[in-house]
Amino acid sequence: MLSELVKKLLWYLSLVLVLIAIGWGLTVMTDRIEYKWYWNRVPQYFFFTGNIEKFAAENGKIKIQKIDEKFSQVFLTYDNGTEESFKVLTKSLAFKDGDRVTDIDKVGELQVLSKGILIEGLITTLELSVYSSVLGIIIGLFAGLGRISKNPLIKGLSTIYVELIRGTPLLVQIFIFYFFLGTILEFDRFAAGTMALAVFVGAYVAEIVRAGIQSVHPGQMEAARSLGMNYFQAMSNIILPQAFKRIMPPLAGQFISLIKDSSLVSVIALTDLTKAAREVITSTFATFEIWFTVAGMYLVLTFSLSLAVRYIERRYSASD
Amino acid sequence: MIRIDNICKTFIVGTHIVKAVDHCSTHVKKGEVVVVIGPSGSGKSTLLRCINQLETIDSGNILIDGVDISSRKTNINKIRAEVGMVFQSFNLFPHKSVRENINLAQMKVRKRSKVEANEKTDALLKKVDIEEKAHAYPSQLSGGQQQRVAIARALAMDPKIMLFDEPTSALDPEMVGEVLEVMLTLAKEGMTMVVVSHEMGFAREVADTVVMMDQGKIIEVGNPEHFFTNPEKDRTKLFLSQIL
Repeated sequence: MLSELVKKLLWYLSLVLVLIAIGWGLTVMTDRIEYKWYWNRVPQYFFFTGNIEKFAAENGKIKIQKIDEKFSQVFLTYDNGTEESFKVLTKSLAFKDGDRVTDIDKVGELQVLSKGILIEGLITTLELSVYSSVLGIIIGLFAGLGRISKNPLIKGLSTIYVELIRGTPLLVQIFIFYFFLGTILEFDRFAAGTMALAVFVGAYVAEIVRAGIQSVHPGQMEAARSLGMNYFQAMSNIILPQAFKRIMPPLAGQFISLIKDSSLVSVIALTDLTKAAREVITSTFATFEIWFTVAGMYLVLTFSLSLAVRYIERRYSASD
Repeated sequence: MIRIDNICKTFIVGTHIVKAVDHCSTHVKKGEVVVVIGPSGSGKSTLLRCINQLETIDSGNILIDGVDISSRKTNINKIRAEVGMVFQSFNLFPHKSVRENINLAQMKVRKRSKVEANEKTDALLKKVDIEEKAHAYPSQLSGGQQQRVAIARALAMDPKIMLFDEPTSALDPEMVGEVLEVMLTLAKEGMTMVVVSHEMGFAREVADTVVMMDQGKIIEVGNPEHFFTNPEKDRTKLFLSQIL
């Protein structure tokens, strides 16, 4: 029993050692090409501090109080009785204590924390993934039901849809959505990207839904119908809830893939995380640092999604 | 109550055409208990499934209370609500509790309120002697208990006719009795029943009419007395000698 534990510990230890060895190997190799690491250039693309000009709102009187070397607190008492107070950079101050200001005067500059382009890109990637997932589930649900329909028209259309999408590269689909459909239907970049991803993931969801429904014993549908429920009632109350539980894991895998696949929309100049990374690299030349950082950011997204799914799965399986 | 007129049902299995039901005609009177017997593959289950259109017939007519069930004008969901069905493999809804299993169609199809449905469900659970399991899930029940819940679920719709498709063949022998007992009670209460079964004891005791099928055809019809003492056809004699 104890020796089993020791053995296991030793294996974990070797895992750590192997990882360290790989890391060390990479360092040695980058040393050989004399790459200079500038990790300090990365954080500003997450958040940076910028200055914003601040103007007086009305005619009035200014009072200035120095806080420290850098900042001063400004109190504005307007003639109409209202007051305003903010913190500005001392050296940007255009007035002295006790001066009068008019409503077009620049008082000074505020320092604010802004989102860097990597965070902006991350948000775009998230928005893309969420919108296209929701749309994709709806498309996939109907296409999946269509695939098992007895009506040749519905079945044929869904089959053609699934085969077309699964048989062509996503990159090509994105181009078609942007250049062809986008031009005809006047989509903007974001709409084109979202639609392309939704239609793409919908085809895979359709196949998962179809398999899930077919995995529910046919006797379930017969029992529901024999009680007088119509097709829709039987599907929504009996078949889909059972199918949904089974398709949770593959569905989650599909949406994790979607987050990663969304990086392809950067080709239509949509500033997602990947496009943001490329923009940062053109101005910093910190190629390695940025790509490693971006990989880490994608990993945070996908890993939190898979944790969430694992939690939901556990909740679900506890219910029966 | 049920009039079956010259119906046919064929299945295509690979390249074979199987005549599962081949020009069958019979009828079931109100309050009558009909037991359908026959070797496996003789079409008795298919015949039963045709009665509530789980299988659509190729030709012929089935009238329930004078309504042609395969007519386009007929709302089949309405007919099915009047015809209860009990399956060999129970087919309870595994993601719903016993109570939800019995409540669901009452609320969705019969449009009863939750209170009304609960009342009905309680009464039925008492009838099938399984009151204490209302909150259990099907997987927590024995086969016999599951089948009794399935009967209660069908009865909750207040059906005029009950169809039983080999209700005891998937059960352990010691559980057959409890299910047959419930069916016996139903028969005594005057329920119209069509039962596909190999339980000859049940047939003998409860059936008003026994129907013998072989190779998709109804080959002999009679009362149990006739069947078990003096069957006419050699095929029937052979079948009964094998099964008894």
